[in-house]
Amino acid sequence: MVRILLTFLAMAWLTLMVLAPVVIVLVEALGDGVGAWWAAVSDEETRTSVALSLKIAALVVPLNAVFGVAAAWALARFRFPGRALLLALLDLPLSVSPVVAGLVFVLLFGAQGWFGAWLQEHDIQIIFAVPGIVLATAFVTLPMVARELLPLLESQGDDAELAARTLGASGWQVFWRVSFPRMRGALAYGVLLCLARALGEFGAVSVVSGHIRGQTDTLPLHVEILHNEYHFQAAFAAASLLLLVGVATLLLRRLHTPETGH
Amino acid sequence: MGFAMGIVRRKRAPVALPGLGLSLGITLTWLSLIALIPLAALVIRAGGLGWQGWLDAVSGERVWLSLRLSFGASLIAALLDTFAGLLIAWVLCRYKVPGHAFWDVLVDLPFALPTAVAGIALTALWVPDGWLGRLVEPFGGKVAFAWPGVVVALTFIGLPFVVRTLQPVLQSAEKELEEAAESLGASPAQVVWRVVLPSLRPALLTGFALAFARAVGEYGSVIFICGNIPMQTEITPLLIVSRLEQYDYAGATALATIMLALSAVILALLQALHAGRRTALR
Repeated sequence: MVRILLTFLAMAWLTLMVLAPVVIVLVEALGDGVGAWWAAVSDEETRTSVALSLKIAALVVPLNAVFGVAAAWALARFRFPGRALLLALLDLPLSVSPVVAGLVFVLLFGAQGWFGAWLQEHDIQIIFAVPGIVLATAFVTLPMVARELLPLLESQGDDAELAARTLGASGWQVFWRVSFPRMRGALAYGVLLCLARALGEFGAVSVVSGHIRGQTDTLPLHVEILHNEYHFQAAFAAASLLLLVGVATLLLRRLHTPETGH
Repeated sequence: MGFAMGIVRRKRAPVALPGLGLSLGITLTWLSLIALIPLAALVIRAGGLGWQGWLDAVSGERVWLSLRLSFGASLIAALLDTFAGLLIAWVLCRYKVPGHAFWDVLVDLPFALPTAVAGIALTALWVPDGWLGRLVEPFGGKVAFAWPGVVVALTFIGLPFVVRTLQPVLQSAEKELEEAAESLGASPAQVVWRVVLPSLRPALLTGFALAFARAVGEYGSVIFICGNIPMQTEITPLLIVSRLEQYDYAGATALATIMLALSAVILALLQALHAGRRTALR
């Protein structure tokens, strides 16, 4: 009896609080038919915003992937003074408010920022332009690859690498032949998480973007613009693309989990 | 999301692995450029305001009301998440639920859904003629464009933190203890209260702290549903943005230092909490 009641309550909560928002995105996006959805999605401005989001992700994700591998290697394979502090600092970008993440770059590169005058002199625009969005996105996704790799490298231990080393392999040979193949799965998943977050980031990007239509509005910002202009169906159609990215990430996680066993 | 990263290691082997210099160099350079130097710039800039200037920027009724709303709503949301999360984790770990995989994936959805999407979806649900807003309206309940809307959004984004923190602990918990208590004559309520909950306490605290930390800084999912009415439904991150839009850099910076300090404190608490357990959270 208690069992049935608890199960019912848990499912009711998940249905109303988590499932309903997903369903309403789909209903609002497709409510006027697939044709209307396609019209909204293939709209010139929406397409531009998708392209911008992809471009930014393409810049940010590889950099944070290299960083993630380096950070995981250093932190999992070595003990050095300040390691605990570095571990803590690594989590900082994820716990800082996205608004603060955007603000710090405005303070550095904005018109009144430290480098504002110099940048203006040299006619370089960072805030309210694409470079600012890249920086803010890099900030909020910084540790995502590292955090996927770190527990894996820790649990694997360094026996295999040390064995390869003893047998005369060079440093890079150890990395490419021994370490890399064993971290490929977790690396791919970390990259996927980083990509999804980079495409969907709103708060930090919103602060630095300046919302210039067709120039600095990423897909999430475009959703906001459409929504604020009461183009609800179009806003939800654009949102459905982001929903798709999110759901795909979750399903791929399902595939990924059994393989590495965490 | 694993906070657990340290594992007790055996003594260092005589052959050393290469690459410390290179990997640490890349790590420190990129981390400093993207995060540490910009954050330090924020602190230095706030320091430049002077104590009185900082105090002036963070006092006033509008700031106070925004902080009260941000902290109050985050607290309520994190508490709701703790209860709902415990319930959901319990049901998913202990009972055979039809469509188990589906519900389990659903728990992670707030992690994966971009905040702007969550924001417009929750708003559409809770406006007075929305699917859920319609249900509370006859009772005079107003969710969207009022403070309960802030709580709804923050509860949405915080749920997976609690469930995902509790699940591994519940799975590894020794059922024998519960069975022993039962066979010694404890009632089901006593088993839950005396055996199950005490063993879950650290995980519940961690989940609560993670949900709270995320909620306090949240922006995207809240700004649509709260209606952005100054002094009424204005959360602190929103006030920071509106000060920035008015080029009040000093005011925005001062408020941001409060948020940053809070993140640092929660992060330190979580590390301390974790150091006491050393259990992987994934």
